[in-house]
Amino acid sequence: MTSASTPVQATRADRATVPPAAHHAGFAHVMLAEWTKIRSVRSTMWTLLLFIVLTVGFTTLFTALTVSNWTGPRAAERNATVTANPIGFILGAGIGLGQLTICVLGALLITTEYSTGVIRASLLAVPRRLPMLAAKAVVFAALLLVIAEIVSFSCFFIGSAILHSRVPVSLSDNDVLRAVVGAGLYLTVLGLFALGVGSLVRHTAGAITTVIGIALVLPILSGLLPGSWGEHINAYLPEQAGALIFSAHRTSSQLLSAWQGFGVFCLWTAVLLAAGAYLLSRRDA
Amino acid sequence: MIEARDLTKRYGDKLAVDHLSFAVEPGRVTGFLGPNGAGKSTTMRLILGLDHPHAGTATINGKRYADLGQPLRTVGALLEVKAMHSGRSAYNHLLFLAQTQGLPRSRVDHVLDLVGLREVARKRIGGYSLGMGQRVGIAVAMLGDPQVLLLDEPVNGLDPEGILWIRNLMKQLATDGRTVFVSSHLMNEMAVTADHLIVIGRGKLIADCSTQEFIERSSEKYVLVRSPDAARLADLVAAEGGKATEQQPDDDNNNRQAADGDAGPAAGLRVTGLQAPRIGEIAAANRIVLHELTPRLASLEAAYMELTADSSEYGVHVAPGTAPPGTAPPGTAPPGTAPPGLTGQDGTGHGAEPTVTTAQEHAK
Repeated sequence: MTSASTPVQATRADRATVPPAAHHAGFAHVMLAEWTKIRSVRSTMWTLLLFIVLTVGFTTLFTALTVSNWTGPRAAERNATVTANPIGFILGAGIGLGQLTICVLGALLITTEYSTGVIRASLLAVPRRLPMLAAKAVVFAALLLVIAEIVSFSCFFIGSAILHSRVPVSLSDNDVLRAVVGAGLYLTVLGLFALGVGSLVRHTAGAITTVIGIALVLPILSGLLPGSWGEHINAYLPEQAGALIFSAHRTSSQLLSAWQGFGVFCLWTAVLLAAGAYLLSRRDA
Repeated sequence: MIEARDLTKRYGDKLAVDHLSFAVEPGRVTGFLGPNGAGKSTTMRLILGLDHPHAGTATINGKRYADLGQPLRTVGALLEVKAMHSGRSAYNHLLFLAQTQGLPRSRVDHVLDLVGLREVARKRIGGYSLGMGQRVGIAVAMLGDPQVLLLDEPVNGLDPEGILWIRNLMKQLATDGRTVFVSSHLMNEMAVTADHLIVIGRGKLIADCSTQEFIERSSEKYVLVRSPDAARLADLVAAEGGKATEQQPDDDNNNRQAADGDAGPAAGLRVTGLQAPRIGEIAAANRIVLHELTPRLASLEAAYMELTADSSEYGVHVAPGTAPPGTAPPGTAPPGTAPPGLTGQDGTGHGAEPTVTTAQEHAK
């Protein structure tokens, strides 16, 4: 702590160190700031690390267990599923779990700003507000895309290597490359989906519950609906539609193609982010 | 220069800021005074564009906050102590804010030096003391070398050294020609810091005047007289042109000791308009026994309390409309009956009339 004499020195030299102002805060500046925010908090970095470990770890575990139990009792039915859609099996195992951390991360990214009060500092710096949310979404998406693609390819190479003795899979196989790239895309959009929910709900627990509820509980509920009603609703649920992209196998009863499903998921995400942006500009911070 | 015009903010059916108009001039420290819940923080948030007003405008150097290009270069604000992520370092908190304004890293180092936190800046804010957190807040406010500063309760939780430091900083900034707008609910703190005062209660303007003027108008001089024959003395004093009112038992805590005496307290009188020696002479000439004859100056704090008593949000008053007749404390006008912009009346008559500036006057 310095003495009470500092103020004098403070205000004299100030002007020298402040470069002239631009007319408005550049979007690149705001993006740089959002990157600083993400990297300077341990919880985001730990959550990302957890995502990598969980996803790659469980992919390895599930494929290894499946291969070692290939000839075990009651394995025939499962083996048939794996053989019919090996890439869906490899990617589905780890991502099914790992995606939960992405849900948490996306929600936390905005809800912690509200819980800590940082949102006020952020909005004082970017009072038009929307560039702040846009920059956050762009920076987060870029970061997630890089990490999720690395994770997705890692899962593929590890999983296919383990599964090779039973079911050989190659990137050059039909739709496999799309599924591997698609898994990374799915996780990226899922992060933005959670960010959208977080910007609407603003409370960490509420936002995480909502995202996970949409991802895990809604499909179960819609599955209980009778007849084709349930099927149709189920097919257009965000995560159900989005997950089609990393399941190369197309079943005859499938209502949407992989890219159509991904499109539906992107649409949900865009609507949520737009609603979040609208409320951000309207609500008191 | 900060200007609020007819600023109004409603939360549900509660009017937090009620047609508030004032101007904060550069080159001096302007204190923003009012009891807890008077609407000070809300007003600051309206000025800063964090909350949207229901009516009216607030401008800084003629522009709405949202229209300022890189606002931290024009306006520095200290809001709550903990508008920061406890897991982030002070350096990174300042860094991301600097980046939004296109300010270099050297500027972050500069403000950290200014508040004396350079050595601990890389540590997580969660480990900081309240005073250190407040210093980070000041560093944030100073980051863009702003011409206008809004500080919400800056001395809250600070030790005496920290309070002195902030006081000196604010005075220095004002001397530099900057606009310094600082809120507090502590009258005595403002009395030594602010050159000018804006006092609000229940979201309405009570006073807008220089601190000197506020002190002079609000601090009433009187003489406390105790006598077993108080009634006769009161008449004699009145005959000499003085004004004697009965001393309320709770008016002055300093009299508790006297009240504990064996004989019980003699009746007390507050005499204004006559000096103590003259009162003594009157008593002697009329053979009246005096137990006490003390010249007094009502404390500034007490004057402020009385001035804002009607408008204290969390005071002992019953909510308007629900008070049964006759239960209102003496001298307390039911809220809402006072004319707009002039709620400074109180029962004791040392009015704030000369210090009151109505909203209408400012709207001109």
